[in-house]
Order: sequence, then C-alpha cells, then structure tokens
Amino acid sequence: MYEYNIDINTVRELEDKAYKIRHDLLNFIYRIGMGHLGGELSMVEMAVALYYKYMNYDPKNPKWEERDRFVLSKGHCSETLYTIFSDMGMFTMDHMVEHFETLDTAQFGMHSNRKYVPAIEVSAGSLGHGLPIAVGMALGARLQKKAWRTFVMVGDGELAEGTNWEAIMAGGHHELGNLVLIIDKNQLSMTGFTRDTMNIDPLADKLRAFNWDVREFDGNDMYAVCEALQNLPPSSWESRRKPICLISNTVKGRDVDFMEYNWKWHGGGIAKEQLEEALESIKKRYEQRRSVR
Amino acid sequence: MAVKSTFDFDQMLSSAREAYGEELLKMAEEGYEFAFTYSDNVAISSSAGKLIQNYPERCINFGIAEPNQVGASAGLALSGMVVYSQVFGPFLSLRTADQIHTDIAYNDVNVRLIGTHAGVTAAGGPTHNCIADLALYRAIPNLIIEVPADANQCKMAIRKSFTHDGPMVIRIDRGGSPLVYADTDYEYEFGKAIETLPGTDLSIISAGSCVYWSLMAAKILKDEYGISARVIDMHTIKPMDYEMIDKCVKETGNIITVEEASINGGLGGGVAEYLCERGFNGKFKRIGLPDEFAVLGDPDEIYKYYGMDPEGIAKTINKVMNG
Repeated sequence: MYEYNIDINTVRELEDKAYKIRHDLLNFIYRIGMGHLGGELSMVEMAVALYYKYMNYDPKNPKWEERDRFVLSKGHCSETLYTIFSDMGMFTMDHMVEHFETLDTAQFGMHSNRKYVPAIEVSAGSLGHGLPIAVGMALGARLQKKAWRTFVMVGDGELAEGTNWEAIMAGGHHELGNLVLIIDKNQLSMTGFTRDTMNIDPLADKLRAFNWDVREFDGNDMYAVCEALQNLPPSSWESRRKPICLISNTVKGRDVDFMEYNWKWHGGGIAKEQLEEALESIKKRYEQRRSVR
Repeated sequence: MAVKSTFDFDQMLSSAREAYGEELLKMAEEGYEFAFTYSDNVAISSSAGKLIQNYPERCINFGIAEPNQVGASAGLALSGMVVYSQVFGPFLSLRTADQIHTDIAYNDVNVRLIGTHAGVTAAGGPTHNCIADLALYRAIPNLIIEVPADANQCKMAIRKSFTHDGPMVIRIDRGGSPLVYADTDYEYEFGKAIETLPGTDLSIISAGSCVYWSLMAAKILKDEYGISARVIDMHTIKPMDYEMIDKCVKETGNIITVEEASINGGLGGGVAEYLCERGFNGKFKRIGLPDEFAVLGDPDEIYKYYGMDPEGIAKTINKVMNG
C-alpha cells in the first residue's frame, strides 16, 4: 500500500543531516581545492536519505555481505560520499584532506576508487559505466539468491551516453525488480543546460517505454525523497517486475545562491570568501526550511 | 618434460571456440559456480549453447550490446561471482575497450573475457577482423592476455582461470584449427612460455593458431633450407615470459615472431621492445598482418597472401637468415 504519511521527525532529522553534509562538503572542497560542487550539492538529500535511513547498511562494516549496494555512476561527485562516510565515522575530515591525491600516500581521489575507500562499491569517473555495472550487480544478487538491492545514481547529462540505454533495455528485459535507478536530474552538465547540449526529455516517457516503473519527484525536498524511498516495492531475488526509476528533480549547486543553475560551478575549487558566502547561504536555506517544517 | 607436439601425432582439427564451451559445461556439471554472459552469437548447437540450455539461470544474454555485456559482467563479478563472458573478438576489443579498461581492469574483477574470431578468421572483411586487440590489451594495466595455441590448451586456460584472482582476456580463433599438442599432459602456467620444438639457429616466438603454422614452418626450414628453428608458444602475451626470451637469445641468437594480429604493438611489438632495451644484436623479424585493412577472401587465403602460412613463414625466415 502506498504510504503518504512519512514520519515528520524522520524527515527533520534527515534535513538536519543534509545541512551538516553540505556544510562539511563545502569545507572539504575548500581545503582540497578541487571538486564538483554543483552535482555534489544537488545529490545531497538522496544520498543522505539512502545512507542514514533507507539502505540496509552498516557503516562499521561497509563490506557486509547483505548490504544494499549504492553505485555512484557520476563518479566525479564522490566528495559527497566521502563526506557522508566521514560523518559516519569511517575516517576524519583531516585524514581525508591529508591523503587526498597525494601520489603514493593517496587514499582519496576526485573520482571514486573502491580500492582506496572500502565503502565505495565501484571505481568510477568515466560516465555511462555505472548503470551497466549495476545491472550486473542486480543479476548477481538474483543468481546468488540474495535479497539486497542495487541503487545506482546517474546524472542527467550522463544519459547522453549510449551504454545507459543498452543497460536500461537490459534492466527492463531481465525484469530486475531489485534494481533502483536514480537520475539526479539537476538540469545542467559541464557547459550548459542539458536541454541545450543534448535534450533528454521526455525522460519519464522514455524510461516507461523501456519497461521501467518510473516515479518522479522533487529530489531536494527531503519529504518527497523519503516518500519515494519508503514506497519502493520489497526487494527479493525472486522478484521479477519492472525495475524502478526514480527521477529526482534537483538543482545543480542546490542551497548555495551563487551556484544554483550556474554551470560554471560544475567543477573546481572554492575561495575563502566564496566559502563564507556559501556557508551563509546554506544556513539561510536551512532556517527557511525549518521555519515551515 | 618433453612436450608432445604436432610432430608426434596425426594432424587433428579441433576448435578452441567449441572447446571453451565444452569445458565450461563440464565445469558446471562438476559443480563450479560461475556466471556466463554472452551476446546474440552463440549457436544453440554448440557446447556453449548446451551450457545455456542446461544452466539457463546462470547464463545471461545481452543481445547485441557488447559494452553493456562487459559492464554488467563487471557488476556480476562485484556481486561475488566468477564470470566468463564470450564476445565476438573484434567487438570485444574495439567496442568495449572502455569497459575492459575501466570496469574490468581498473575495478580489478574476476571476469574472464573470451574473445573469439581472432585475426581474420571470422571472414567477412575488416569490420569483422580482430587485429588491433593485442596492442590495445597490452596497454591496459592489470590485464592478463592469454592466447591458447589449440583447443586442448584453451580448455586448460578456461579451467585454470577459475581460481585466478583478477581480470583476464582469453583470445581464441574461429575454430577448425589443428591441435598443436597431443594432450594436456604438460606443464601449463599463465606467464610461462612453452618450448614446443627444440632448435638452435633461431627461435620463432608465436601464440594462438600461429604456433601450429610455426611448427610447420620449422619443418620446412629444416627439410628445405637446413635451418634449425626452435618454436616457442608464448601463450601469455602479458605478462610476457622474458626469461624464456633471454634463454632463446642466449641459445639461438636470432628471434622471429609470428602472430595472428597487426604486427604493430602485439606479440612482436612486445618482444621487440624487450630486445631493444636489452641491446639485442641478432636477427629479428615480426611476421603478422601488415598495417593495412586486410584484403577480402577466405581466411586461409588471406594468411597465405600475407605470407603467414607455413611456406610463407619459412620463406621469410630463410630470407632473414641468409638474405
């Protein structure tokens, strides 16, 4: 049965966490001098809701066999995950900064690497790779009779890569009910709006035509994110049904006034004054949100 | 232990392409747990076809979409399975180079990519020729490149690879090639070349179907030109057995390479790089497909056209040695 009533305290707690992750992420990017803040900020609500609430996950044992898998196909946004892992106690922020792209002592890189960070499921960076891999993981769970679910997050710009559509076809064909594709539809890619560089709309219609169960919502509204994740059908290795696609409509650079809808904030570092302005902005947004919920 | 090569038994044709399916079917029957991914090119009448029919739950068809097949194979391996993935060779190397590099090798997963139709054996012209793969695979870190010399060796490669930790490409031809070895009763290890035929004047370093051609060429060299050629089966192209190359240089002086691929960057390229850096001053020649899109025709005729048949190889070697 579809649940409309999401526990408001859960939503508030996750919103608090999302605010903290944005805060830590901005500081992290300031300290390492590089990152992809636009896409890292747009995905915060979804990543927080998954890791802190909706994924079957043990941060003390990120290789636990029964865990749900999260594949970040937009691997250039891995700093959001590192920040979450740090908040979960896997390593300190100082440790990450100290070992970020430091040649033979490096444990963290701009693009996620599963050898360096055990909680990373797939080494990624080149776009259009995550979804085919996730299709294989979902098939692997089915073959091994495992109940865990595979979540994969792709960017909307990334959907121009043809491999995604090969994988979308295969996901529908093999009826991978244990696979959840999350499209972080933040509307921008590296040099402009996706509708200008390569239009992907009508996206939901396309996915439905490939036999996917598509759900669309505001991916920066924690209530809507929780509602979407709470209403996923149960995962089982036996389930043969349409795979789920969550079109998470988000804003690139979300909550930082001067970054939102601005493709120039796709990648790069952030200066001290910009950091302060950004921290002000996310605080203001958080307080606005709290005043109504 | 002496290796029993083609000279010790009557010529028998066999197919490495059939052999990999036979061995996988046998392994499945013996209880080995693995997944098999494939494209829309496996005949139901083949052994791989029987594997698919008898074990449908672990055999996954990806249609005509090789990049997704190879990417998903990486995912299957990441979920904890050993994966064998059969792809038409030219498309494996050219279409899924990105997935082999990033999803398989960089992610360091237990996928065994079986690339069929090596060289020009698919027939059908350059779209279906598999000539650039060895050069490409050699440049990808963390990838073992295995090129079995015949069907029996292919079976050993398939079985041995089950317990190997890490990614691997197994390159085989279309099938219908003669057996090089009478049986599987010889030492076979990844990364360790085999001295298939003793010889003293030069060493022919070869792999895949070319090992048989090289043996035949060695016979012609001996009978017609009085040249004693050693034949080395360099079945692992990477990591290459440099110790064996050193031994050949020391004992035979001159080196010839023969491969069913572009002469640029493959087996011959790898041997040449090593020899040059060692200050080698013997005679050296790479035999393989030249730097052009191959002429059209029957595969055997094409190889003959490019001097890769036993007579052609012998003639070239004689010219290098005495020219």
